[in-house]
Amino acid sequence: MRTLKFLLQKEFRQIFRDPAILRILFVMPLVQLMILPRAADYEVKNIKLSVVDHDHSDYSRQLVSKITASGYFILNNYTSSYKDAMHEVEKDHADLILEIPASFEKTLVKEDEAPLFMAVNAINGAKAGLGSAYLRAIIQDFNREIRMEWIQFPRFNPELNVAVTSSNWFNPSLNYRYFMVPGILVVLVTMVGAFLTSLNIVKEKEIGTIEQINVTPIRKYHFILGKLIPFWVLGMVVLSLGLILARFAYNVIPAGSLLTIYVFAAVYLLAVLGLGLLLSTYTANQQQAMLLSFFIIMVFILLGGLYTSIDSMPAWAQAVTKVNPVAYFVEVMRMVILKGSSLADIKHQLLIVFGFAVLLNGWAIISYKKRA
Amino acid sequence: MKQFLSFVKKEFYHIGRDRRTLFILLGMPIMQIIIFGFALTNEVKNSRIAILDNAQDVASTAISSELEASRYFDIARDLHSYKDIEAAFKQGAIKLAVVFPQQFNSDLQHFNTAQVQLVADASDPNVATTLTNYATSVIMDYQDRITNGRQLPYTIKTEMRMLYNPQLKGAYSFVPGVMAMVLMLVCTMMTAITVVREKETGTMEIMLVSPVRPMKIVTAKAVPYLLLSMINITSILLLSVFVLDVPINGSLLLLIAESILFILTSLALGLLISSSTNSQQTAMFISLTGLFLPTVMLSGFMFPIENMPLALRIISNVVPSKWYYDIVRSVMIKGLGISAVWKETLILAGMTVFLLALAIKKFKIRLA
Repeated sequence: MRTLKFLLQKEFRQIFRDPAILRILFVMPLVQLMILPRAADYEVKNIKLSVVDHDHSDYSRQLVSKITASGYFILNNYTSSYKDAMHEVEKDHADLILEIPASFEKTLVKEDEAPLFMAVNAINGAKAGLGSAYLRAIIQDFNREIRMEWIQFPRFNPELNVAVTSSNWFNPSLNYRYFMVPGILVVLVTMVGAFLTSLNIVKEKEIGTIEQINVTPIRKYHFILGKLIPFWVLGMVVLSLGLILARFAYNVIPAGSLLTIYVFAAVYLLAVLGLGLLLSTYTANQQQAMLLSFFIIMVFILLGGLYTSIDSMPAWAQAVTKVNPVAYFVEVMRMVILKGSSLADIKHQLLIVFGFAVLLNGWAIISYKKRA
Repeated sequence: MKQFLSFVKKEFYHIGRDRRTLFILLGMPIMQIIIFGFALTNEVKNSRIAILDNAQDVASTAISSELEASRYFDIARDLHSYKDIEAAFKQGAIKLAVVFPQQFNSDLQHFNTAQVQLVADASDPNVATTLTNYATSVIMDYQDRITNGRQLPYTIKTEMRMLYNPQLKGAYSFVPGVMAMVLMLVCTMMTAITVVREKETGTMEIMLVSPVRPMKIVTAKAVPYLLLSMINITSILLLSVFVLDVPINGSLLLLIAESILFILTSLALGLLISSSTNSQQTAMFISLTGLFLPTVMLSGFMFPIENMPLALRIISNVVPSKWYYDIVRSVMIKGLGISAVWKETLILAGMTVFLLALAIKKFKIRLA
């Protein structure tokens, strides 16, 4: 026990001696947490529209003002040349072109049917899909108004009608930040945990101090614990600071209990630190360790359901997420913070991550022994 | 020049000796392209939903089976009471619940109107909105079918054309994004680290007392990464064209020239980081946490920049990958020429000169 105490003293001193690392460790994640969730907004709004009006009729003007009044669209330019509009799309000034053909109004009234043309910049598929759906909905609405103008509908609706009502639970204002903040916090905690441990041990290898430790009577588990505990503590501190920041900067107040978050985070950090340890036993220098951990963490983060939904991934990618601790933590954080899920709800995830922790640390200890 | 070349040769030996690092440097872009191209999609499909059917009649069963048939939904379970919905949400088992009231079909037949309630787990607002929209359209389709979709007078027909990406593939926006990310990270991080490493191990001092100009030593370190990045660009482009079916619509030559410019920007940034730091750990942390998330999030390929608050829109302008991403999209996907991207090109060139000048200046201070 005394040995461990001295080792911990040494580790903490080493960490606190380097102000640069310390600054990065605390300031960088928190600054990022302040900035990045504000950047993450998938919601499609402010779609830039170019209108090509060959008709210049009452209806075409009514339609355009209805579109701009909807709040989803910004009228970028209003022209009579498709080429001009296309040029705006090329320059990224417009996302969508609405072309109103000549004598649109006349055809609609006389022939009961008239076309409208829409061209969408579809490089960003999601935006193109939603943008065109909104525009279509507005046009349909406009269509209904025109019919009302020309036809007298009877009072009682003779058509069958399935009325769909919808309600949004847990985040009724549909605030995207509530969803992103817990996820980004996971990434930051993970990066701090995995990178720092793997680098720290490799550094001792690189400058040769690990040999000195190996010849002392320090037990292996002392050494491993001496490395784990400081970074575990730091990870928990970063998590706590992150939660405080989330509370005050984004008004993200966990609906579930903090205890649930901390229990899961405590186990999760052990797994991530185990990963760091494991990587450090397999690498020879800091460059390798960093690249390897970056590579693995990057795959974990991108496939972790942080940015895109896991359900939509192909089967092989979903299989990868089964062995991805980041995916479990992202899921759990969102469940507990937004929905108020309890320990009982997350016990499945907790068990799996506990399994990771045992496996990764066990493996690290075994492969570390071989080397000594 | 001869001296310089021998330094470059030395750096190549360094990199070549470390097989593992080399493997990651060349393998990472391939993995990223595959992950981004295939696994990541903003589309929502196969979402688990549940149905609370209080009616169990013809109409409710028909709608349920239409929902089941849609590729957007997997019916994960049937619910028995309203209270089950919350429990299922909290376990993360479902994303949406569809509730049919009692006598759904008889309401529909007698009063011509009946209610379906959709309850979404809006902790993910996008998924909630999208699923609500999908489910609504499935239900509307059903309604259209039972009313036989009678043709109404005064109908506006909307015809739609998808420009550049008719199949709405996610890869069209992800490939340019991955190119920006990979080049930025590989070049910046690796240059930053190799230089700092020499500082940390003390070999830098040895080289600095040699008659070779320090800037030469440092540039020699950047050359191999320039070449490595060229290989990466080639493998990314090959994969995107032949595996992901993302075409190169513009000039390949221009695309490569612009990529080299961006590589130079990243190398300059790497040199700057290395001249301002003293340990590999710091350099790595700055380039990783400082660059990874901002390149993912502020270059516009994950999240639309125009949605961001003003301050972030301004900040995004100093992120080099934002400009490169714009260039690649314009040249590669839209098939435009230099006349469309000269502004972005100038900005990148300006950034490169500025970063390089700053890096050199910092180096001189250190030598004094």
